Amino acid sequence: MKITLFIPCFIDACFPKAGASAVEILERLGHTIDYPKELTCCGQPAFNSGYWEESRTTAIKVLERLKDTEVVVIVSGSCGAMIKNFYPELFAGTEYEEAARSLSAKVYEFSDFLVTKLGVGDLGAQFPHKVTFHDGCHGLRELGIKQQPRKLLAHVRGLELVEMGEAESCCGFGGTFSAKFPMISTAMGENKYGSALETGAEYIVSNDSSCLMHIQGLLDRQGKPLRTIHLAEVLNHRQLPHS
Amino acid sequence: MTPAASQFKKNATALTADLRHRALIRTALKKYEVVRDDKVSRFQNWQSARQSAAEIKWDAVNHLDTHLVEFARNLEARGTQVHWASNAAQAREIIIGIIQERKAHSIIKSKVMTGEEIHLNDALEKAGFEVVESDLGEYIVQLRHEAPYHFVFPAMHLTRGEISDLFSKELGTAPTDSPEELTMIARRVLRDKYITADIGISGANFGIAETGMISITENEGNARLTCALPKVHIALMGIEKILPKLEDLALFLPMLATAGAGQVMTGYNTMYGGPRQPGEADGPEAFHVVLLDNNRTQLLADAEQRDALHCIRCGGCLNVCPIYKNIGGHAYGATYQGPIGAVITPHLRGLQQWKHLSFASSLCGACTQTCPVKIDLHHHLLQSRRNAIAQKPVWWEKPLFQALAFLFNHAGLFSLGMKLGRIGQVFHPLIKNTGIDPVRAWTRSRELPKVAPQTFREWWQTRK
Repeated sequence: MKITLFIPCFIDACFPKAGASAVEILERLGHTIDYPKELTCCGQPAFNSGYWEESRTTAIKVLERLKDTEVVVIVSGSCGAMIKNFYPELFAGTEYEEAARSLSAKVYEFSDFLVTKLGVGDLGAQFPHKVTFHDGCHGLRELGIKQQPRKLLAHVRGLELVEMGEAESCCGFGGTFSAKFPMISTAMGENKYGSALETGAEYIVSNDSSCLMHIQGLLDRQGKPLRTIHLAEVLNHRQLPHS
Repeated sequence: MTPAASQFKKNATALTADLRHRALIRTALKKYEVVRDDKVSRFQNWQSARQSAAEIKWDAVNHLDTHLVEFARNLEARGTQVHWASNAAQAREIIIGIIQERKAHSIIKSKVMTGEEIHLNDALEKAGFEVVESDLGEYIVQLRHEAPYHFVFPAMHLTRGEISDLFSKELGTAPTDSPEELTMIARRVLRDKYITADIGISGANFGIAETGMISITENEGNARLTCALPKVHIALMGIEKILPKLEDLALFLPMLATAGAGQVMTGYNTMYGGPRQPGEADGPEAFHVVLLDNNRTQLLADAEQRDALHCIRCGGCLNVCPIYKNIGGHAYGATYQGPIGAVITPHLRGLQQWKHLSFASSLCGACTQTCPVKIDLHHHLLQSRRNAIAQKPVWWEKPLFQALAFLFNHAGLFSLGMKLGRIGQVFHPLIKNTGIDPVRAWTRSRELPKVAPQTFREWWQTRK
């Protein structure tokens, strides 16, 4: 299958390993990756801030470039929800409405794509650590992704998944919300990592780097030993030859 | 920034720094989720119950004009006087008019959020009447001269010790740590008030169009006493509280109890169909229903967000909201707190004055997921953001998002931006979290993510 991979702006800039891991996993499964390097962002920051016109400027480019693709995979539940759920709303009543709907139908978040579309579970990964999983809100509630990442993690050798009490609570990032209301955003993040710390996990794993960016930023500032890592990196992790 | 917005930010800053307060409210609400889930599981199918409820309220709200007329006609047929109030001032005037006409002085009230909405207590006290709240939580916040902290659990923010101290100070009672004793103290005071009150004021949980009755659901029995003992009963209700049929209560009463407080059914469920009828031995001599619009029809006119009028005020969305759980109810400065408050307050009191509530959300959607009548709460926050910005963009945000859109559409520029970011982040520590740090909103409490030594697109390039 020819898979078009949409790499969100913050993954491109700050978390390239999540994207690279997705590429390597999908290639190992025998698929061809198409990376549209003229695309940088889905337009969500402007959309969530109320600037729908500016959001459309960005989103039209996405629609046009992804028009003739077979299937589109996004390594983020949040950007995935933007394209899958919010593009049709953003373009309702415009000449792009149809294009937005047809793109929506072929967009998948990474873990959902692996489990639902490809039907895979075991990717041969090895990650000998105790981890807990954070459900990003967009993936969980907009796209209904809950079991898919857990199913994939269940096959990772050496990995112990311990659910935290607040797996489904928001981490407090919320895009521009984190800058407009930093005090609330920070308090939410503290609750989140507090719940993760209670599990005794070494890593918080998630299918959304934006949540992890927020949580890691807090952990670093507050000097907490917990680390964050994207699901794709865990699934791409192999035992090193010398170990 | 509007006064309401800057007050909200100030409150949020103070309250998120108050770790004791945060722990208190989270503990209180953690119990809620457990008992609610237990009661939800007793529904044969909670999701289809939500769907049915949403459909019934859709009919009620989309045919409000006919249901309201039917409701009023049926009420009047049994001697109830129905009043239509377009706004808060009219509603206050109508209620004060009724009280003055009866030459009444003392008023007992059961829980009525529309009363909070129109600042009824203030108006009644200014007009020289004595007003006592009879719901225990409301009574407590009234003694503290506070607004309800939560529209279902008004005194949720107070510990037993604080309530005991309050009673000692205001009522001269001995301190106690026993919830039963505290309740008995309030009961002793309130029983006298029911007997001597001239007027009872209540709200209404539902108004049944088919039969012309109001339904009140409560756990303390205080509403029954408020509505039955005084000579005059006045019920103030928002026009959206209509249900078309009596049988609808079979769904809505257990649903409200479940979603609101994690109960199978609320303790007392009563229907009020009119004043004392000929040949009856008790009940009030006169029954008035005041129907309040107060900009609800404006919300009705908004096809996109009209479903916010489905709300049955269970408070479920507050209980699961991570914002509410961190700042609590008083921070909002609005009658209706939490997600539903953030959705309806801009409609009821002005979008530009209250738009900050739409922005004060991470859009996590926990509210929408929990809402028993399926209001699309968090998407309405997005729509309100869009509406507010379309009316009045923020002067510096508009060009910023235009510039970002240009940047995002030119991948070469975006790449250059990342390279510059890599240089910038070397020097950023010099100004980090100082007054000249452009990203201080982030760095005040968090470390910035770093631009990677090799971006994804650079990595991709190396493979080819």
